[in-house]
Amino acid sequence: MKNKYSFFSLVKNAFSYHENWEKAWKDPEPKKEYDAIIIGGGGHGLATAYYLAKKHDMKNIAVVEKGWIGGGNTGRNTTIIRSNYLWDASAGLYDHALKIWEGLSQELNYNVMFSQRGVMNLAHNLQDVRDLKRRTHANRLNGIDAVYLNTEQVKKFCPIINTSPDIRYPVLGGTLQRRAGTARHDAVAWGYARGADEMGVDIIQNCEVKGIKRNGDRVEGIETTKGFIKTKKLGVVAAGHSSVIANMAGLKLPLESKPLQALVSEPVKPIIDTVVMSNAVHAYVSQSDKGELVIGAGTDDYVSYSQKGSHDIVEGTLNAILELYPIFSRMRMLRQWGGIVDICPDASPIISKTSVKGIYFNCGWGTGGFKATPGSGDLFAHTIANDEPHKLNAAFNINRFVSGDLVDEHGAAAVAH
Amino acid sequence: MTKNLRVKTSRFIDETYKVSFKFNGTTYYGYKGDTLASALLANNVHLVGRSFKYHRPRGIMTAGSEEPNAIVQLHKNTSRTEPNVRATEIEIYEGLEASSQNCWPSVNFDIGGINNFLSPILPAGFYYKTFMWPASFWEKYEYFIRKSAGLGKSPKEPDPDIYEHKYIHCDVLVIGAGISGVMAAKSSAKNGYKTLLVDEKPYLGGSTIYQNSEHFKINNQISSSWLEKEINEIKKIKNLEIKTRTSVAAFHGYNFLLARENLTDHLPLEQRNNKTRHRLLKIRAKKVITATGSLERPLIFNNNDRPGILLSSAIEKYANLYGVACGEKNVLFTNNDSAYETAISLNQKGINIEAIIDNREEIDSKLINEIEKNNIKIHKGYTIVDTFGYKRINKVSIMKLSKDGQKVIGSKTSIDCDCLGISGGWTPAVHLFTQSGGKLKFRDEDQVFIPNIYPSNQISIGSCNGEFTLDEILLTIPKTLKEFLNLKDIDFEDLEIESSFNKSKRNIWLLPSDKVIGKTKPFIDYQNDATAKDIKLALREGFRSIEHVKRYTTTGMGTDQGKLGNMHALGIISETVGSKMGELGTTTFRPPYTPLTFGTIVGRNVGEYFDIFRKTPIHDWHVQNKAEFENVGQWKRAWYYPKDGENMHDAVQRESKAARDSAGILDASTLGKIDIQGTDASEFLNRVYTNAWSKLAIGKCRYGLMLNEDGMVYDDGVTTRLDENHYIMTTTTGGAATVLGKLEDYLQTEWPELDVYLTSVTDHYATVSVCGPNSKKIVSQVIPDLDFSDESFPHMSFKNAKIGKIKCRVMRISFTGEHSYEINIQANYGKSVWEKCMEVGKEFKITPYGTETMHLLRAEKGFIIVGQDTDATMTPIDLQMDWIVSKKKYDFIGKRSLYRSDTIREDRKQLVGLLTENPDEILEEGAQIVADIKKSPVEMLGHVTSSYYSPNLKKSIALGVVKGGKNMMGQKLIIPMEDKQISVTVADPVFLDKENKRLNA
Amino acid sequence: MFVINCPYCGEREQSEFKAGGEAHIVRPKQPTELSDDQWAEYLFMRKNIKGIQFERWVHTHGCRKWFNVVRDTSNDMIKAVYKMGEKPPTK
Repeated sequence: MKNKYSFFSLVKNAFSYHENWEKAWKDPEPKKEYDAIIIGGGGHGLATAYYLAKKHDMKNIAVVEKGWIGGGNTGRNTTIIRSNYLWDASAGLYDHALKIWEGLSQELNYNVMFSQRGVMNLAHNLQDVRDLKRRTHANRLNGIDAVYLNTEQVKKFCPIINTSPDIRYPVLGGTLQRRAGTARHDAVAWGYARGADEMGVDIIQNCEVKGIKRNGDRVEGIETTKGFIKTKKLGVVAAGHSSVIANMAGLKLPLESKPLQALVSEPVKPIIDTVVMSNAVHAYVSQSDKGELVIGAGTDDYVSYSQKGSHDIVEGTLNAILELYPIFSRMRMLRQWGGIVDICPDASPIISKTSVKGIYFNCGWGTGGFKATPGSGDLFAHTIANDEPHKLNAAFNINRFVSGDLVDEHGAAAVAH
Repeated sequence: MTKNLRVKTSRFIDETYKVSFKFNGTTYYGYKGDTLASALLANNVHLVGRSFKYHRPRGIMTAGSEEPNAIVQLHKNTSRTEPNVRATEIEIYEGLEASSQNCWPSVNFDIGGINNFLSPILPAGFYYKTFMWPASFWEKYEYFIRKSAGLGKSPKEPDPDIYEHKYIHCDVLVIGAGISGVMAAKSSAKNGYKTLLVDEKPYLGGSTIYQNSEHFKINNQISSSWLEKEINEIKKIKNLEIKTRTSVAAFHGYNFLLARENLTDHLPLEQRNNKTRHRLLKIRAKKVITATGSLERPLIFNNNDRPGILLSSAIEKYANLYGVACGEKNVLFTNNDSAYETAISLNQKGINIEAIIDNREEIDSKLINEIEKNNIKIHKGYTIVDTFGYKRINKVSIMKLSKDGQKVIGSKTSIDCDCLGISGGWTPAVHLFTQSGGKLKFRDEDQVFIPNIYPSNQISIGSCNGEFTLDEILLTIPKTLKEFLNLKDIDFEDLEIESSFNKSKRNIWLLPSDKVIGKTKPFIDYQNDATAKDIKLALREGFRSIEHVKRYTTTGMGTDQGKLGNMHALGIISETVGSKMGELGTTTFRPPYTPLTFGTIVGRNVGEYFDIFRKTPIHDWHVQNKAEFENVGQWKRAWYYPKDGENMHDAVQRESKAARDSAGILDASTLGKIDIQGTDASEFLNRVYTNAWSKLAIGKCRYGLMLNEDGMVYDDGVTTRLDENHYIMTTTTGGAATVLGKLEDYLQTEWPELDVYLTSVTDHYATVSVCGPNSKKIVSQVIPDLDFSDESFPHMSFKNAKIGKIKCRVMRISFTGEHSYEINIQANYGKSVWEKCMEVGKEFKITPYGTETMHLLRAEKGFIIVGQDTDATMTPIDLQMDWIVSKKKYDFIGKRSLYRSDTIREDRKQLVGLLTENPDEILEEGAQIVADIKKSPVEMLGHVTSSYYSPNLKKSIALGVVKGGKNMMGQKLIIPMEDKQISVTVADPVFLDKENKRLNA
Repeated sequence: MFVINCPYCGEREQSEFKAGGEAHIVRPKQPTELSDDQWAEYLFMRKNIKGIQFERWVHTHGCRKWFNVVRDTSNDMIKAVYKMGEKPPTK
């Protein structure tokens, strides 16, 4: 057992000037062979390894990461966590994740700072109202907490929103999921890494996958910058770069990788105590524990792996922020960055077996993958271990693009992801 | 404490212009030209703020935009308040009010200071390790964490200032107007390039302009005098634009840069009204010359953060530029020659220097010789091991460094002081270069990163390129510029240079102390309170990459983005893990270079300019007649017309009844209109609509449904054949632009062989729709020359006509199920045609109706609205509109997708009518539909898409989609609401006039 | 933000254009003859290349013409533009 983290361990270690803390995870060289390899050391990949080891009794597992763990979209997102999705399949998936979030800090003995300060989605036109009501009803029947708020209730819950009827797209109402909120993104990756490492998972950083070796329709192993590693089961969770890995295995995916940008303001004292999302005017904002306003922008419409998006997107987002929060005009943007998200045509993820035996893909989360991290890891681990999907991710198979049985969160509702 | 530390007139300060300002409620005086920082220092105020985590007292540390500590709130509790403003950047003005942040009750006595004593249990990342018990308490812990975090306070009122954008296209952009930038701008502009020179400061000349030492000369003149002449010269060059107070925020790909020009922040508040505060320059430059200079590094030693500790270069700048002494007992601590420049400046101005502590043992330098001549004590080979004084430094203790610099030896001595200048050498300001995608290389000799690979047409010159001394700069720049700008010759080739700088430096990233590191506080990130031991802790815990360490310790995450300490963090990591600096990489420098106000980025796109309003030509009439409006896309559409205190329900009931009983009139101008011409127009429509078009007779109209390639309904509307090769297509209001885009896409990329031309004519026509049993009587009076007999002008046909001399098109089409006509006329006549209809219709009580009534009327007839009754998962078959899907046509967009295994399922959601048991009960749109509420989990069969109370049927009606609904006619289902369950019966979606008798009534 | 050299209008800001995804995916002439798999391949599957990609753009706020662009998606540098129907550059 590693040092258990607690207030007492902090005090105890203070006496030795914190010189005796153990490594949160080791930095091993890869073995020749693993029972399962996960490509991608983001939150989803590390969670997958964690649950493979914890729930499926697999111990000889490696996570290979081309850079440093949590350095992709895990470390670049706006950390919104919610489960108020319309379709049954999505609601099942995301609420499964939300339930794990609720006990994650204790499970991992790592404070991921899951803060259930609620997520509000705003309606700005009559169709938004219909869509949000539809979603609220569906959520309620699916056992997901959700309420519809009128304009006054929106204002009461978040007083700084401009709810004047005179603005260009007045706030006509909104939904609120109180169990929703935010978490500390880095902590999620680190917490899962520490947990997985403790159960014997090898976390191998700076190890880029260069090729995938197949024997007919079966996977044999991966070529990496640290040599060839043999495996019978290969789980790919390389958000942004899923298609690149798929191409190595001779697979093609229904994905496009696009730039997604976000920004934070300078830190200020608490001013907004919830997460507010607006799809119609495209702005979402929350405030981090540190005090920064965390603002998500939209995706550009072209494929890019440059981790840069166009300034117009950022400008458009801030236009919308000032429309809804004119008091933020004198706040300042501190940092702006871009990530790469791979997006499915139906805006829902793929957690699925593939036509190559032993290769599994977990991808296509678009702009909303962070919130699913624990659930995605759990279900993907199940899929890899049993070579069969769990019932909660059965709908998210690759074959849906052939049959037409999509989980269309795009068309279904005016919900930003 | 108030003392005047103004030492000597500086030509940058106007001593005849006294300015009063308030800091933490006390009134002070400064001079025009002062920054808040220089004015405070002149008044002997060092303590200005508290740090983020430990609430340690902090003072002014720098004299520029890299300042981590001296950040203040301006004009608190007013609409112009602003948090986190750097005192080193604000130029003072009469009436300025600033206050300290992150302290309570005051900066002098801050309760949060207790954190400093708790610091042993608050190492890097402590919050990841605790606050987990009991689980439910996190929100309570978090409340206090949040309260103590944050720095300044957000404004609470809307911003009274205005901002704007400006696009600039230039041949050459020069960033930074120090000596390098001035030379570059001159060379560029004089050779005919349209040049823009920008600098963040209010003056030109960078740090050379206040350089008064005899040791640095150009052509036998003191360097500042030489530069001043150059500056005067460039001001006269025509194709050179110079912008001061202009800070480049971001350097994007394709040489696209954003800069903020600050226009009013230096003016008294009363002079700012109606002026633009900031202008965001969007610059596209053919070539970019970056001359952003370099930043002095601090030194990392125990308690290196006390008020009164400044960068040595800042002390020099305060003395030379502002005429301010930062202290009366000054000590300098250095590892290179720069501090001696400061010492010479101070000495010239008569400011006392107690001692200089130099890391280096043996140094031979003219500068040092001069200092020694002046009997200033230099402690060679020494380091500071500790500092004292809570709110102001009062003493340092020093010890001798060992040969390898890893530990201290010998005995400890103390030196009293009230100000300590530190100099750790210089870091090139490569932020913009790396933002642009540039790759750096590490230069081992002096431990700096310098530009290596340029991603675009740009060059870095001067100290941001690692050329730190005057002679280096002046010798390299002419050559570099000649090549970069393709010049034949250049002004600066034969300069005589005198530069006394010795380049030796003893770089020790973390200076040793006599205490174990655990007992020390060597700060690396001053604002976020990250120390060297935090970095070591992170490494001990397995965080290896610089990004991990940065995130775990929050080093470099403050509002200064680690401009001072990032290099030391890297250095300590590489030393600790034993890797080479160059191999470790750097953290990413993310835009903006200095924080950029949201208002600046948004510019004029606020309030009513947030998004355009599209208004129909009849809009004014609707306003005059008290219509309520609905936003549909960018359009403002009349929603309903309440009369004398009517609510929406009553108005809609009245309008709906009037339209069916006599006559209604609707402004349908917002519908998308696409003019389609060409010999293959019919074939084109065959391919884009689900139904067949070849046989449509000229003069006839037809309803069409358009699918996406995935088989789902995308848009609908009526298209009319105007002529053999000429159609006019209507689309939904919201879909107009995307439909046109999609049609163009197919036409240009898939079917270029088709002879078809598409033109959007939405805005060219106004559309007045008159419906109801009396519609013919009304329209025939408006257009008396036209034959309105059913034989000549049947339903689903069109006529060219004239109203007076004005041509118009009249379609007999109906979205309400009533006998109705649409008059399409050149937009500017729309309102008069509308008014004419109203006038003629008076005897029939013609009633204007809005979109809500239109929706109700069509629902009575079971007509769908794409986007309301469909949601991109509905096929035409799902909508029970099989009749519109041609079985004969070989192909059309989306056809193949209708035959996939999932789309041919019988139990897909299908459009049905829904009737409530209680005819007065109106269902909620969006409500879910279930068969068995007791089943767990509840299976949702579908949802209510449209729902109204029909005054014509005197009962509530609804449309909805239900799994397998096609075969459930008459079946009872349940709508489970939060507080009740409503029983409904599945019905035919056509509630009224299934035989279409009213169309010809 | 890129500068795109529209083959009809010349160099313009990226904001005038819209991207249209991977180029040279020809709509099948006889969709009804395709299997569900083949149709899905056309409809949804994309190469999504990191590196040199051939893609479609339209000058929405300009001449409204579609054309092809060769772009390195790893750093967004545009290598070539060519009109619809023209052969893609080989170098």
